[in-house]
Formats: sequence, C-alpha cells, structure tokens
Amino acid sequence: MAAPAQIPTRQEKGDLHTETQLLSMGPSHPATHGTVKIMLEIDGEQIVEMDVQIGYLHRGFEKECESGTWYQAIPYTDRLNYNSAILANLAYCMAVEKLLDCEIPRRGQWVRTLAGELSRMGDHLTRLGAACLELGAMTPFLYGIEARELVWDLQEMLCGARVTSNYVRIGGLQRDVTPGFLERLERSLARIEELLADFDKVVTSNRIFVDRFRNTGMLPLDKLISYGVTGPMLRAAGVPLDLRKAEPYLVYSEIDFDVPIGTTGDNYDRFLVCQEETVQSIRIMRQCMPVLAKTVGEPVNVADPRIRWPAKDRVFNRMEELIQQFKGVTEGIRVPAGEAYAAVESPNGELGFYVVSDGTGKPYKVRCRPPSFANVAPMRDMLVGGMLADIVPTFDMINMIGGECDR
Amino acid sequence: MAADAEALLEKVTALLGADVVDKHAYRGDATVLVPLTRARECLRRLRDDPQLAYNVLMDVTAVDYLGREPRFDLVYHLASIDMKPRDDAPSAIRSRLRVKAQVPESPCEADSICALWAAANWMEREVFDLYGIVFRDHPDLRRILLYDEFKGHPLRKDYPKERRQPLIGPRN
Repeated sequence: MAAPAQIPTRQEKGDLHTETQLLSMGPSHPATHGTVKIMLEIDGEQIVEMDVQIGYLHRGFEKECESGTWYQAIPYTDRLNYNSAILANLAYCMAVEKLLDCEIPRRGQWVRTLAGELSRMGDHLTRLGAACLELGAMTPFLYGIEARELVWDLQEMLCGARVTSNYVRIGGLQRDVTPGFLERLERSLARIEELLADFDKVVTSNRIFVDRFRNTGMLPLDKLISYGVTGPMLRAAGVPLDLRKAEPYLVYSEIDFDVPIGTTGDNYDRFLVCQEETVQSIRIMRQCMPVLAKTVGEPVNVADPRIRWPAKDRVFNRMEELIQQFKGVTEGIRVPAGEAYAAVESPNGELGFYVVSDGTGKPYKVRCRPPSFANVAPMRDMLVGGMLADIVPTFDMINMIGGECDR
Repeated sequence: MAADAEALLEKVTALLGADVVDKHAYRGDATVLVPLTRARECLRRLRDDPQLAYNVLMDVTAVDYLGREPRFDLVYHLASIDMKPRDDAPSAIRSRLRVKAQVPESPCEADSICALWAAANWMEREVFDLYGIVFRDHPDLRRILLYDEFKGHPLRKDYPKERRQPLIGPRN
C-alpha cells in the first residue's frame, strides 16, 4: 500500500517566502460532527503539524459506573456511542455475563443479534450521510437521515426510546420484541434499500465526491496495527478482521454474511466498506426474522432471579417474585469477584469492556475500550503533509463519536 | 475455552520464564502478572515471539486497589491477529492475553511502551490523566481527557465523586 504522497511545501520549492501559521479548528466546528479541537500549523493550505485535543465530552463514565449497581451502569453505556447504543449495552452486558458465567436463551440471542444489526445500520447511515453533508452535499444526507429515521422508529418500537435505547439487560433483554415489530421491520427494510440505492446513485460515482475521498487519509498497514485501529478503517486497508467472524458471539456463527474489505485504505475505501456493511446488516436481519417468527413465546431472559428479575405480571401478583424484584433493585445483583474482558464488533471497531468485581453489588471497575479513541489517535499521522481540506473527509470516516472517545 | 487459556498460559510461561510472578485463567481469559521493572521487556518479547505474536495492543488501563500495597494494577490487553490474507476467509484472532504489573503509590511510575506500540501513546496519557501514573520515556505525557488546570486524578478511589472543578462557575 502506498503512503500518502508528500507534496513539497512552498518553502521547500523555494519559489516564495512563506511563514507557517497556527489555526485552531474546533472545538465546535460546523464541518465536524463531534466536539474536538484540532490545533494546526499550516503552510498555505498544507498541514505542517497538528495536535488533536479530545476530552470535551468527558463526563466521568467510569467513575459514575463505580458508584452504582451493575444494572445502573447500563444507561451510561447508551451514551458512549449514541449512534449505536444497543451495541454498547450489549458489550457491557456480555462482559458482566462472562463474569456471572451465564448464557441467555436462544431467542434472546437472536433478538440481540437483530437489535445490534439495526443499531449498526443506524450508525453507518449517520456516518455516510454526515460525511456527504460536511462536504457540502445536502441531498444524500437527507436520504441517509430518512433511512435512519426508519431505524430509530424501529428502535422506539423495540424499547421505547429512539436514541438512548437502554435495551439489553444483564441476563437478557428489557423485553421481547413488541407485536407487529417484524412486519414493520420488513416494510422499513424495503424502504431503506430503496434509499440506499438512491444514495448510491447520487454519491458513489460522483466525480466531486470521489476526488475528495480518494487517496486521502491513508496510513501504512503496519502503522494502523501499531495504533490498534480496528473496524472499517482496518478492513478498508485489506485486513478482513471482524469479531463477528473472528470470535463469533451470539448467533453469528449460524448466520451467513460477508466481510467487505478495501484495498488501499483511503477514505473512499472506508466509505465503500461502510456502505457494503449496511447491506450486510440487512442481510443478517433478514436471517433473524424467520427465526424470531418461529420462536414466539420462548423466553429471552435467563430464568435465574438472582441475575434477571421476573416479568412484571408475576411481580405484581406473587409474593416470592415481588421480593426477588425488590432485592434485585435495592441491592443489585451479586457478581462473583474476578475480572473479565468481552468485546463486540461495533460500527467503529472493537468495543471492549474490562470489568472487575469485588463480589459486592457494585462494579469495582468498568473500563470501556473505545474504538473511537484508538481510531482518532493516528489522525495526525494520516494528515500531516496533506491538505487542509483532507481533514473533513478523514475525520468523517474515522467517525469519532465524542461520547465514546471522551467517555 | 478454559482449557485454551490454560494451554496459552503454559506457552506464555515458557517464553517469559521467571518473569511470570502469577497467572490465572478465569472465564476463558488468560492473565499473567509480571514485575513492574520487567513489564516493558516482557511485552516486547510477547510482541516479537513468532508463535504468540501479540501484534495489537488493544487497551491500557489501571485499577486502583486502595489500601493494598502496591496500590495500582497496570493492565495491558493484547491481541494476536492473524493477518495473512486468505481467500474468502476472515482474519482470525489467535489469542488474547492480559498482562498486569503492580505500581506502588510512590514512586507512582512505570516504563512507557510507546516505542513498542503507537497506540500506547494516548492510552498511557489517559492512565496518567485519570490515575496519576507517570510513564517514564513517554514522548508527550500531557493530560488528555481533562484540562491542564485540573487537580488530582479522578479515577483514584480516594477522589470523591462529588468534587467538581469547573474552569468557570461555582466550585465545592
């Protein structure tokens, strides 16, 4: 893979006396969908040096988690990557379930897979749409956002919230899919496919768009690995690493789907990889739907009331279940002392949770390994020597989510 | 799963020898504890070993065990990714390993591993920011999530959750 071309600076060319100047981009900039400050030293339009300063959305996620019960940390995980909240819920719950050593029922796993893919699709649609918007193309953004609206409507039907889902629970789910969900999902997927086709026609072979994306933001593969970059950014550079295939969790080993990869690792490849992953997500959801239609009525939660308290109709009518719910809410679940790390493939890459329990009802430590953090770190190396205008497409394809990067 | 972790620990012990102070396999996760002064060398050997080949540093974090001596655990998560491009086959993760080293309260210092993985740069800055562990030989050890004026390290267990330090506005 070729390194980004080093254009000689005007000073090196010796044709003009120039001085570098400092430019502060952000923390709130109209062309970045994220709160980040980039200090730039520029020579004309060329970037000589840059310093990416994150932390503007830091709100003490880990500290907050340590002060509540294991359950109370789940809503905080929504607010990590707010574009794909269900996947963050899932990663956290899987880490705690690993410590508890419990396995949730099959139907629960299928629902989790479906909800996770829905969430991933919403995230990719936002990334693709916003990338166009920030390069000045309003129309494809509206296609992307219309499709995302359909995703959010479905999420609302699933868990009552459009963005901050709070859907996955330790030992299962907040609830099973609501009646009529699958029919509506089928209708929405058909419309989303139309919108994706329209989007593809407007953007993918658009000359202006391709020129802005192609051969920008590249980094040699060994550097990407050294920086711990994962997800679409690594796949665009030709490494087909996808945790859904590499360490199959939930029911991914039973599902047929492809892992798209790129060749050069530039922003255009990243864009195409994300676009294809959206299509693959639809394919995965279509495989989940018949299974869910067949297994209606089967449990989605573990039967152990010490982990997942009983359903509300039983809690309101029976003494024993009422006590179990009361104990579960006031004392929290007891997680055996120890440590565990669990990771899922989030839209940005490996989203991992390292949890430490001391055996009480509260987490001793909840560490989120945010893919955005690892993916933003190499941004300086991707852009120094390039042009000022390359910052926006590169930043869009890195898809830094402040909530997740800064925690 | 557990058997895999046991087998992995045997291989790691064979490589690191006496540097493995403690090890355990729990819920399928393999963990080794190494002496702080040897941590960088151990990580280098784990990365360069042709068989284990831990080419990716996934995460660096710390855990504060207030009241224990030494007080902090420095935790590295490594992953070994099989990068060989094969037709129609996705890359595999050969194994994952957790490496821990214990850091005393004073001197609260550890060796930086920025020279081994570029990812360590920001991750160590975060550990420094939130736990106050100083990394020797780090090229650019500044706060990363909090601002320079911030006093203390909020993820330490003796930092009260309610203490606010806004740059402007009321303080408590």
